[in-house]
Amino acid sequence: MSGALARERPTTAIVIFALLLTAPFWLPYVGGYDALATRVLVFGLAAMGFNMLLGFTGVMSFGHAAYFGLGAYGAGLMLRYVTSSTMLAVVSGTLLGGLAGSLFGTLIVRRRGVYFAMVTIAFGQICYYIAYSWNSFTGGFDGLRGFSRQPIDLGFTSIDIQGNGTAFYYFVLLIFALAAAAMGLILRSPFGRTLLAIRENERRARFLGIPIERHIWMSFSISCFFTALAGALYALLNNFADPLGLHYTLSGEIVIMTVMGGMRAFWGPLIGAAVFVVLEDTISSMTVNWMSFVGIIFILVVLFFPRGLLGMLKRRDAA
Amino acid sequence: MFQVVLYNVTNGLIIGTFYVLMALGLSLILNLSNVINFAHGNFLALGGYIAYVLSPHLGYWGALLVAPVVTAAFGFAVERLMIRRVYNRDPVYSLLLTFGLAFVMQDLMRYVWGSNGLPLGLPPALAQPLSAALFFITYYRIFMVVFVAIAITGLFAFLRYSRVGVRIRAGTLDLDTVAALGVNVGVLRSFNFALGCLLAGLSGVLAAGQIGLNPNMGDDLLMPSFIAIIVGGVGSLTGTLVGGLVIGLAAALTTAVYPAASEAVIYVIMALVLLIRPRGLMGEEGMMS
Repeated sequence: MSGALARERPTTAIVIFALLLTAPFWLPYVGGYDALATRVLVFGLAAMGFNMLLGFTGVMSFGHAAYFGLGAYGAGLMLRYVTSSTMLAVVSGTLLGGLAGSLFGTLIVRRRGVYFAMVTIAFGQICYYIAYSWNSFTGGFDGLRGFSRQPIDLGFTSIDIQGNGTAFYYFVLLIFALAAAAMGLILRSPFGRTLLAIRENERRARFLGIPIERHIWMSFSISCFFTALAGALYALLNNFADPLGLHYTLSGEIVIMTVMGGMRAFWGPLIGAAVFVVLEDTISSMTVNWMSFVGIIFILVVLFFPRGLLGMLKRRDAA
Repeated sequence: MFQVVLYNVTNGLIIGTFYVLMALGLSLILNLSNVINFAHGNFLALGGYIAYVLSPHLGYWGALLVAPVVTAAFGFAVERLMIRRVYNRDPVYSLLLTFGLAFVMQDLMRYVWGSNGLPLGLPPALAQPLSAALFFITYYRIFMVVFVAIAITGLFAFLRYSRVGVRIRAGTLDLDTVAALGVNVGVLRSFNFALGCLLAGLSGVLAAGQIGLNPNMGDDLLMPSFIAIIVGGVGSLTGTLVGGLVIGLAAALTTAVYPAASEAVIYVIMALVLLIRPRGLMGEEGMMS
């Protein structure tokens, strides 16, 4: 399994980007719409960032919604109180979530396994708690409103991502592509290889003199930055930041997207996010009992499809 | 002023007993099976609803004793059907499984009993306040604390003196060796899971008498229970007991002084413990990895 990344064929990336680039043209024919596609990208990015930790370092966080939500609040607060620059808001959100993750990470990396997960949940809930109790600043339980994404000024021209959903989709796609490229580079670097070594055999890696805690902390921090970036984009998509976006329920959804798509595959989380977002959109429009269906999806994936969609395809390749 | 303080301390003590009961159940399952039971709060609610259904037939006292057992039986079935399939896999799967289970259970309970609160009738003798001055302390509150204390003592005695209890404790330390000595570890784990659910069901019945029933009633207890376990130290049931009492009392005392910070103080305690003593107050070295 350790060579999973190396065996990632470029065809997968080409197919994925071909589909994503043309999405606004073919989506209406299958009942989709731009905002839905943008949501897929946002959660795909969040889950891929998260998977740096779960899939490629072998460490399990169940509190990534906190950094996603902090990204959203960071961007929203910036747009509401400080600036009208969309890019600045995205950067602020990413920094807020990423730095909070790095800070908490110093305490979290002292644990392993399910206890690591438990501590990440608890730290995540701190952020949730702050967001809903600091009423005057964050809007409390009702969430943060009163901001909207602004057109991007490039000097010679400006791109209207505010009124034009398709333009916003391509804006998010561009950031997604850059982030995915960055993640790919990190994972191919010696640092990324070291993370795989830790995942495969932590004890052996420790004997080789690798500072495990520092590497896990770095992996945790990096994955928080990417997830926070996704959160910032999510705030722009909805023009709204929701305290439930910090809640551990969303953390669970990020994990299930990752596992459903295939946590050992680079693009797995994106596929999982696409399936999950589309399913949720469909189910919640059909029944009020959508929670049961989401829960059943969790259970079925765990019991019957633990390798995820891409994982199953891969195994068929190998056979 | 004295009354206000006493009121908050009583509340804190009662909430603390629920933290402890819930956290002990979670901790039992976590120690032996390495599974975080996200659905624990839903087992709590289920226990309350079962008591609600049973009490017209069995009376309050009958329901108090039978409902936790039914909850435990349900937990046993869930463990047999689903949870034991993921023991040998990456911990991510057990987390996701109980997480999905929590969703399904909560939604089904809402579907069956509605999302509005339901009351669980108490025997008249328990519903009386102690005196006019101490109107906020009902006999029920005292009964709850005493009953929980007895239940916890019983649990510790069971784990210490009964054969199964000794096996559970041994399995916490080294499950492979216990299996090698000829103990059926699969059954032991199922029983242990059911025992955890029994505690959750018991908390549910008791909580229903105080705050009534609703499908989300266990949710607010889940996070403090996690923190009680982290603070007390993983692998140690005594630690969980201490952790639950510490955060319950801390929250209560903070409520008396500055109510808004009562939840924050729990998290502060957790952060301090992780900073100063990462293995928890009574956790053993090496148990966390």
